[in-house]
Amino acid sequence: MAIKEILKTSNLQKSFSGIIAAEDINISVKEGEIIGIIGANGAGKTVFVNMITGYLKPTSGTIEFNGSDITGIKPREATHIGVCRSFQVSQVFMSMTVKQNLMIAMSLAKKSGSQLLNPIDDENLSKECDKILKQYNIIKQKDLIVSTLSQGMRKLLDIAMAVVGEPKILLLDEPTSGVSVEEKFGIMDIVISALKKSGTTVLFVEHDMEIVERYVDRVMAFYQGQIICDAPPKQALKDKKVIQYVLG
Amino acid sequence: MFKGILKEQTIQVGIGFVFIVVLLGTFILPEWMSNNFMYGLSRGLAVLGLMILWRTNLVSFGHALYYGFGAYAVAMAQKYLGVTDVFLRIIIAIAAAGLLGFVLGFILRRYREIFFAMLSLAFSMVLYGLLAKAEFLGSTDGMSISPSTMFGFELGRFGLFYFIGFVVILSLIFAHAYLRSSLGHLTTAIMDNEIRVEYLGYSVEKAIHIKYVISACLAGGAGGLMAAALGQVDPDSMVLWSVSGELVFVTIMAGLGNILAPFVGAIFFEFIRTYAYEFAPQAWQMIIGGTLLAIIFFLPGGLWSLFQKINPFKKEKK
Repeated sequence: MAIKEILKTSNLQKSFSGIIAAEDINISVKEGEIIGIIGANGAGKTVFVNMITGYLKPTSGTIEFNGSDITGIKPREATHIGVCRSFQVSQVFMSMTVKQNLMIAMSLAKKSGSQLLNPIDDENLSKECDKILKQYNIIKQKDLIVSTLSQGMRKLLDIAMAVVGEPKILLLDEPTSGVSVEEKFGIMDIVISALKKSGTTVLFVEHDMEIVERYVDRVMAFYQGQIICDAPPKQALKDKKVIQYVLG
Repeated sequence: MFKGILKEQTIQVGIGFVFIVVLLGTFILPEWMSNNFMYGLSRGLAVLGLMILWRTNLVSFGHALYYGFGAYAVAMAQKYLGVTDVFLRIIIAIAAAGLLGFVLGFILRRYREIFFAMLSLAFSMVLYGLLAKAEFLGSTDGMSISPSTMFGFELGRFGLFYFIGFVVILSLIFAHAYLRSSLGHLTTAIMDNEIRVEYLGYSVEKAIHIKYVISACLAGGAGGLMAAALGQVDPDSMVLWSVSGELVFVTIMAGLGNILAPFVGAIFFEFIRTYAYEFAPQAWQMIIGGTLLAIIFFLPGGLWSLFQKINPFKKEKK
């Protein structure tokens, strides 16, 4: 059976006051793939992620998800259809505890309408929440206020919050940026193994080529808003253009 | 939504507090003190509404809009429909303010910080202007409110006091149920990070709109109760910007720590104002201002933070 195409972009372009940030982006992503997005700063990686997840509206071009046109949808609509993301700078609720963060995320993912008026500390939800905290190895920190956590812990929480909505495709924007060398492989092991288990398609922006080589099926290299290489990691990291414009 | 709510400490303490206030006000204290308690409980509802908004970092400088609208709704229901029943009065006050809040909420939910605060003030001043010019509503003289009835019988001052206590308890239960719910927890979440809330799949504007309508209903209820308690409504004492300022004042003074804080703060405010006016009729505002400065400098968490330091309920924040 052929693997289904989950995401497709055609001639995607984004410009800010005439300055082109992304141009002619044509990609096709299959279900279950893990893709690394690489490129120098300002190459258009985050702009690409922002367009897919509804944070930015493309200037032109189309985005198709599971065969439906989702160009220019709102962030919450993207979440509802299963396109979720984490952020370069963790977007978590800083004044709350780790568990409260995840409980809110789970509550919004699993409840709707008048159910949202039920108490948040539902026993079943709490148990499920502990299970996820354990899976992401942040159970010991569950009662700590998020602002007191390390960057690595915040990243894990950020990703866990994106995952509880059971996304079909997850876009991670630099999941290991600001994370110590000791922590980064640990974090990626936890995240990728959890996402592989659930069959989630993953696109992640990354600067660390060791991470890219180790975890991805395919690499998309960006340069000046365009994709200059789309190939398996071994091939991509030897590509002349990638070496010249990305790896330097 | 309300499952097990009566077993929660906040509600039990709240009910106990209201009982004590009502009993003191009806059996023990002299009338002037009793009035301060009654007005404090009523006004506390509007402060509770402001507090709920404030927990999302939204400060309204014009909440007298709903307070006054609720009060005038009671006056108009009496004038045009002959409504004097206290249950109908409070329902009309809440519904009218809620409806206005629902309509204006579509505009206000898009604004934050000073723009939200000043836009609220602007709307309240529009209402003030309309009321001050509307002769059929008594213009600046306002309208008088006849004594409230219940099932056809006149309620009397004590009866009204009990009724206010009953409404306050219901409001405490509702506010607590809301704040402990998933939707209520978005209160703090939105304050922390709106982007994340959107990416969790919920509309920030919708959450703020719901909160705004709840807040308007509470302020409208407060206005309705005050109209019934004072027997008079007029633009200066119900809708003017200084009334909104007082509500903000009491919210800061009370603190955001607990849903009971607005009522404690509002009663405290009534007494400060009474004593300040008694001791310094020409400079009572200076005493009130000084009190607020003292609280900001020495109790930045408001009066409730003082209770948290000395009482056993300090861990619970609802």
